[in-house]
Amino acid sequence: MAVLYSRVMSFDPSEPSSHLRDRFILSKGHAGAAVYATLARVGFFEPDLLRTHCGENSKLSGHVSHVDVPGVEFSTGSLGHGLGVGTGMALALKRLAKSQRVFVLMSDGECDEGSVWEAALFAAHHDLNGLTAIIDYNKLQSLKSVNETLRLEPFADKWQSFGWQVHQVDGHDHDELAAVLNSRDDQRPSVVIAHTTKGRGVSFMENSVLWHYRSPQADEFEAALTELGNL
Amino acid sequence: MRDVFVEALIEEMRVRKDIFLLTADLGFGVLHKVEDEFPNRFLNVGIAEQNMASVAAGMAMEGLTVVCYSIGNFPTLRCLEQLRNDIGYHKANVKVVTVGGGFSYGPLGMSHHATEDLSILRALPNFDVIVPSSMWEVAQCVRVMFEVDGPAYLRLDKSNMPDDSAATSELVRGEIRCVRSGTDVALVGCGGVMGNAIDAAVKLEREGISVAVFTVPFVEPLDFASFVSNGLTQAVVVTIEENALAGGLGSKILELFADAGRQTSGLRRIGLKRAYESTVGSQEFLRERHGLDTESILATLRRAVGQ
Repeated sequence: MAVLYSRVMSFDPSEPSSHLRDRFILSKGHAGAAVYATLARVGFFEPDLLRTHCGENSKLSGHVSHVDVPGVEFSTGSLGHGLGVGTGMALALKRLAKSQRVFVLMSDGECDEGSVWEAALFAAHHDLNGLTAIIDYNKLQSLKSVNETLRLEPFADKWQSFGWQVHQVDGHDHDELAAVLNSRDDQRPSVVIAHTTKGRGVSFMENSVLWHYRSPQADEFEAALTELGNL
Repeated sequence: MRDVFVEALIEEMRVRKDIFLLTADLGFGVLHKVEDEFPNRFLNVGIAEQNMASVAAGMAMEGLTVVCYSIGNFPTLRCLEQLRNDIGYHKANVKVVTVGGGFSYGPLGMSHHATEDLSILRALPNFDVIVPSSMWEVAQCVRVMFEVDGPAYLRLDKSNMPDDSAATSELVRGEIRCVRSGTDVALVGCGGVMGNAIDAAVKLEREGISVAVFTVPFVEPLDFASFVSNGLTQAVVVTIEENALAGGLGSKILELFADAGRQTSGLRRIGLKRAYESTVGSQEFLRERHGLDTESILATLRRAVGQ
């Protein structure tokens, strides 16, 4: 998200619904905190609002919501919705002869949902080259690894065979991400399979299913911040 | 009703360039008229209702008015969460239109019986739920549906109520419609089954019982004030719908009566009990099995007025 909002997308925080903006949908809605933090950082609203996150009477829900939150393109939380919606936006933009792009960030486990593949078929069939899907491929889902749950491999081949342009990158390498996200196929929609490590940078969180759900307690939080500060 | 809908849609599309029609691979022999005239505003998304609903929401976010067309349960129950999250929550200007309401596709079996859609769609905030009873009401409902910027569900039926609309003023969103005056009992319902309701009312009149008949084209939004202002003040009220009793139109009317502090002891509901129908047959045959044919309605009316 940092790469998208600093090096790729066009947007204007003073005009959140400008027709000239590129569209971003967080389809893995459970990572809503990242959207709110990013939007606050680039100026859509005051960072103070972040302190209300998930609190009483807050509009910043755990799963991302657009109501009364400037800059949130679309609300999600149930997996497998974002790519279809982004596909609809990309189709409309194409039919209306507009060049704005649509980015949809998904999780790997989300690709268990059949609706993802309905949208994948559709986007390729209609040559929606304005659409880019990004998959956070950390290879872990709720209870176990992706491989132990529902195998996605050969993942890149699947997208390729559906008619998408496929990029595979190190999801922690900003330069690599920026390079592929700034490119656009002449015809096909693109998918960026971003290989990532869940909890990267915090030794006790890395690659641990436990931290899919767990919130860091006071001492853990401080320890995590210290480690991240040392990066 | 389907043909009238398509004609009305084409009329709207001629005037409004923002209307786009999606179908999930259904509408053979009907929708080609739309495709022929508006090739760039028609799309068959394939047999993928979840995607159709999400795509429609995305298109609506870009300013288009999108119609999703299919048979009864498919663009509703199959993709209910897409209707709730993507269309309803975002107040997306998407109109879900189904053909085959109730037992319209009776011979095709349980999968094609649209018998809970009204109840379920009624529960979704922001959705207008629209159920015309006659051909005239179909055209009127299409007009009203496109006047509102937001989600709607339009349920069409294979059968229809004969309608002399000459003396009728235009339909207004949220208003019920009196199609026959009467004093002893009010018969209130929606959908093509209202044809049987009218027949029953005429027959009962011959027995000296005066039956008023009201159609409810807008199951949502609907409030009690519309009953009073349109003359639904009879002490005995019978509701009828080709849909589950649980949560449907009769249920809605019961809720409105209760919320208004009105006596509900004079209210009876005709509709489908909480059971799947595994026997097949024509729409009228299945209506007989569920008390929705003219003779059964007559019997219910007689009981309602104590005869």
